[in-house]
Amino acid sequence: MTIKLMQGNEACVEGALRAGMRFYAGYPITPSTEIAEIASVELPKYGGKFIQMEDEISGMAAAIGASLTGIKSMTATSGPGFSLKQENLGFAIIGEIPCVVVNVQRGGPSTGLPTAPSQGDIMQARWGTHGDHSIIALYPNSVREIYDTTIRAFNLAEKYRTPVILLLDEIIGHMREKIEIPDDSEIEIINRKKPTCSPKEYKAYKVKDGDMVPEMAPFGSGYRFHVTGLVHGETGFPAGSDKSESLLNRLIRKIEDNVDDICTYDEYMLEDADTAIVSFGCTSRSAIAAIKNLRKEGYKIGMFRPITIWPSPEKKLIELSKKVNRIVVVEMNAGQYFLEVDRIAGKNTQVEKYGRLNGEIITPDEIISVIKEGHNA
Amino acid sequence: MKRKEFRLSGSGGQGLITAGIILAEAALFDGLNAVQSQSYGPEARGGASKAEVIISEEEIDFPKVTDCDVLLSLTKLSCDKYISGLRAGGILIIDESIEKPERDDIITYSLPILKTAVTTLNKPMVANIIALGIINQITKIVSKESLEKAVLSRVPKGTEELNIKALKEGFILAR
Repeated sequence: MTIKLMQGNEACVEGALRAGMRFYAGYPITPSTEIAEIASVELPKYGGKFIQMEDEISGMAAAIGASLTGIKSMTATSGPGFSLKQENLGFAIIGEIPCVVVNVQRGGPSTGLPTAPSQGDIMQARWGTHGDHSIIALYPNSVREIYDTTIRAFNLAEKYRTPVILLLDEIIGHMREKIEIPDDSEIEIINRKKPTCSPKEYKAYKVKDGDMVPEMAPFGSGYRFHVTGLVHGETGFPAGSDKSESLLNRLIRKIEDNVDDICTYDEYMLEDADTAIVSFGCTSRSAIAAIKNLRKEGYKIGMFRPITIWPSPEKKLIELSKKVNRIVVVEMNAGQYFLEVDRIAGKNTQVEKYGRLNGEIITPDEIISVIKEGHNA
Repeated sequence: MKRKEFRLSGSGGQGLITAGIILAEAALFDGLNAVQSQSYGPEARGGASKAEVIISEEEIDFPKVTDCDVLLSLTKLSCDKYISGLRAGGILIIDESIEKPERDDIITYSLPILKTAVTTLNKPMVANIIALGIINQITKIVSKESLEKAVLSRVPKGTEELNIKALKEGFILAR
């Protein structure tokens, strides 16, 4: 175990390298630039490749291409670039190509507030690319958690053959704090399943009985297959609408049926709570400070913090909604995750939102007054 | 030790973020917790720049300064902007070129930080390290050994001697 002062964006690269990232393609954009910068310095030391592409779209495309050759790849961006990556993100979903897409969020829409924090891409992460699909998006709240969560993003991408989105906050991405780098024994690394059959028998999108994720051969290894954004059959070649329902359902179900494996969360002081804050990323740190103070004054309050933000930790939120009489969703946007929490928990309890759009972090004092204002003693 | 909040402010390019990183790292060397963050405008140089450092024995939840204990300002613009955030009883350290703000509830140190960098050390860019020496001499927030070690770990190769000199000039100025 090594202790270091590390920046969030740096921890993302360190975690990625530990997970086995050997390719990075991207286009620098504030506040994610350090990820590209550090990857460009570090990757060659591991025998990996870094490439600065001509734009955001090709950055995503190159990450996908590299992954098809059997290499773990990543790209990083911020709001405007995340918009541009959406088309290829959909390609990675339907082509079942594992990769990690980091979005260090900033104020939007468009170029918005380049240097200021925002949590405004929650819904874009879920529905930014068109068509029916499911998605995995993770949302850490500290430098150490960025390290761990980046490793997990690669593991989930490999296990479920899907792109995984890592949502970071500008505040945590640019912040430096103490990090204890875990020993190898504490870290699990998952690699994609490779085919056991001969190249002749290989069908790139054939799923074995009882499984939902096809085996993936690396391009250039003698296993020949076709990858397309069109609806396809087991061989990977375009197929008609008769294949659409079963393919799309499998792509959705391989994620939604494994929510228990995918979803991670943190429960803070909820044991006896009658009021719960739902919060994530930097805002959850304000919430913890607020809860510590409110507890001193006798308030029975706690926090539910999704670390896997998509798919939703639906079971846990239902459980919570039956336990507390008030949920306040605190997020640095106009109320995006609130929509999801209200959908799930709104039948059983009162769900409120508190947010802001001015590029300033929500403070503990603000949260304290919101909680007190609506509190029925 | 309870949570202590530092704000280092000035103009973009003065090295205040580097100074913040060094202070935070020195705190880690002393076995404390530290969080360093910053805010800046879209421009690369000029404009207002601030680095924030929070040091505590406890876990640091909220990562930003709310009740500033120590404010360093190297420009009038940044002093005007952040002076209201300095708590009553807090410490203000300003370059002597800045007019003392009208507050009688704080302790103000007006010192020739920028001039010392230019005239004594012939390097305007070490003003940040001089300021660090001053901050630590006044607050004793970290040990001298840790601060020196942190300076050496974060400054460019070949400038170690110059920066240690700058740090010591800071200690002397604040005596």
